[in-house]
Amino acid sequence: MNNKLKMSLLTILLGALGFADLLGAGATFPQPLYSKIFAVYEQQKGVKVNYQGIGSGGGIKQLTEKVIDFGGTDAYMTDKEIAAAGAPIVHIPTCIGAVVVAYNLPGNPDLKLTPALVSKIFNGEINKWSDPQIAAVNPGLKLNGDIFVVHRSDSSGTTSIFTDYLSQIDPTNWKMSKTFSTKSKLAVGGKGNSGVAGLIKQMPGAIGYTEIAYANQNKMKYAAVQNSSGVFITPSLESTSAAADVEIPADTRASIVNTKARDGYPICGFTWLVAYQDLSKNPAKAREVTDLLKWIIADGQAFTRELDYGRLPQSVAAKALANVNSIKVN
Amino acid sequence: MLRSLSLQTKENIFQQILAKSAFFVAAVLFLFFLTLLVKAWLAIWSNGFDFFTGAVWDPLTGVYGAFPLLFGTLLTSVLALLLTLPFALSIALFLGEFFRKGLAASALRSSVELLAGIPSVVYGFWALFVLVPLIRGLEITLGVVPLGVGVLAASLVLAIMIVPYAASLSAETIKLVPQDIREAAYSLGATRYEVVRRVILPHARSGICAAVLLALGRALGETMAVTMVIGNANKMPASLFDAGNTMASLIANELAEATDPLYVSSLMQVGLLLFLVSALINLAGRYVVKKFSVET
Repeated sequence: MNNKLKMSLLTILLGALGFADLLGAGATFPQPLYSKIFAVYEQQKGVKVNYQGIGSGGGIKQLTEKVIDFGGTDAYMTDKEIAAAGAPIVHIPTCIGAVVVAYNLPGNPDLKLTPALVSKIFNGEINKWSDPQIAAVNPGLKLNGDIFVVHRSDSSGTTSIFTDYLSQIDPTNWKMSKTFSTKSKLAVGGKGNSGVAGLIKQMPGAIGYTEIAYANQNKMKYAAVQNSSGVFITPSLESTSAAADVEIPADTRASIVNTKARDGYPICGFTWLVAYQDLSKNPAKAREVTDLLKWIIADGQAFTRELDYGRLPQSVAAKALANVNSIKVN
Repeated sequence: MLRSLSLQTKENIFQQILAKSAFFVAAVLFLFFLTLLVKAWLAIWSNGFDFFTGAVWDPLTGVYGAFPLLFGTLLTSVLALLLTLPFALSIALFLGEFFRKGLAASALRSSVELLAGIPSVVYGFWALFVLVPLIRGLEITLGVVPLGVGVLAASLVLAIMIVPYAASLSAETIKLVPQDIREAAYSLGATRYEVVRRVILPHARSGICAAVLLALGRALGETMAVTMVIGNANKMPASLFDAGNTMASLIANELAEATDPLYVSSLMQVGLLLFLVSALINLAGRYVVKKFSVET
């Protein structure tokens, strides 16, 4: 059965069951935000959107196979992936996710980390909290015990943002990847954000990375990280948005980790919706897709705060809108 | 329409349906194997023998060695089996020999069977939030690195999960021991313990072996509960308290976002290995069951 037939069958099936007018699939990282946005969108515009969180890789694959109207991904599509898609693809950033370095230390002290400390702690070079390099950045803080590194065991966009950051600040020791591997002997992997959060909360001396939303929900302490301008930035939705307010290419395919923005938090990244640029074969559907995308980058941004995602700064929203407008609808 | 057919034809149709359904299941198994083999083909050629002996699993550099995963799978499963065996046997004897009827027996039977019905993710959550802190406490007392998660946590949760498989089937086998040989033993003046020890267990051992193998098979393939508490470190565990990983857990963790063809293929090869290990244990089990079975 060819893919076109599969797609039309699926659409007819879902349509007949009253499931959805538009189909999307991909990244799980922004799924809570998308669920909220699509629910409100259905109430206001009467258009049903079905988004399945199957992972970024799956989203790109299904878009390429043309079984969905748009995909969601935490890592922008590479030139190779776009070539495999067979036609131009537009990237629409929808929000910014921050990855925080959360820890469990007695007395919940505030911790400051430099890029070098982050890299060395996570690859096991520094394995005691009493290490003088930590004390040098955190004068007056008396810590001791082993450092336990907690990471995601499942492949995820969160790991990809975190390793993207590590590879920018310490390219000899790290490579960007969706799976985390470390030389640390005291490292454990937790399944999902909830697994990582659970392990950090249980283990005194643990440090790990997780999405800001999970850290906030679990009331975990997280570190202020020094950015490329030398300022220690506590992760927040404001400092996340600020990080994205830099010069990025028109197609928005850019990594914003280790941002040049002075008040930007350095460990964060866009998440995108991706669609084919030429949707003129089905003008009615094309109109629905573009309307939805426009709504997400304008009205939809209002929901970012309550769900702990960074709002797109004006400069990026403008580029996103230009990309939506570049979609050929008829 | 059916009424008009002759008895012989009806009989034939029935037989055909039976034969085709049975064959269909076997065909699914075979196709399943074939799919894994085809998808893993690239990896089999590219990884070579290092796949079985290599201790490093690193998708970043394209090195795929599955030995620690194989070891982790066998270690956790066998350990779980050893832990579960005394409990499963006691339950089986209790239900199969001592208290076959009555409120207490049926309450126990239902609760054991209910254990099999709990979703594994629930076991995983329970283990992560109850069992793991307990193990961490033990590790602090013993003075080893207090990770909490690791091989021991995974084996313990697996042991609980496979109790019903080992216990229920064993209890049924014990019940099937003919009443007259029991009575013969008692008439010779044997005590209850002696009857259990010398008559019932030897008679039921092939069934008990089958039950144990079923439980082992369950443990080998368990994914969710294990992945939540084993620590997911793709290395050889240094001790029972260290983190490790299993084949099923690795596939569940990494397949969703794997895009590189060799990476996907290597994960398929891990699946194929798991398939073969399960098949091998099953075949070995059949041999043991046959050898142990008592002629009646």
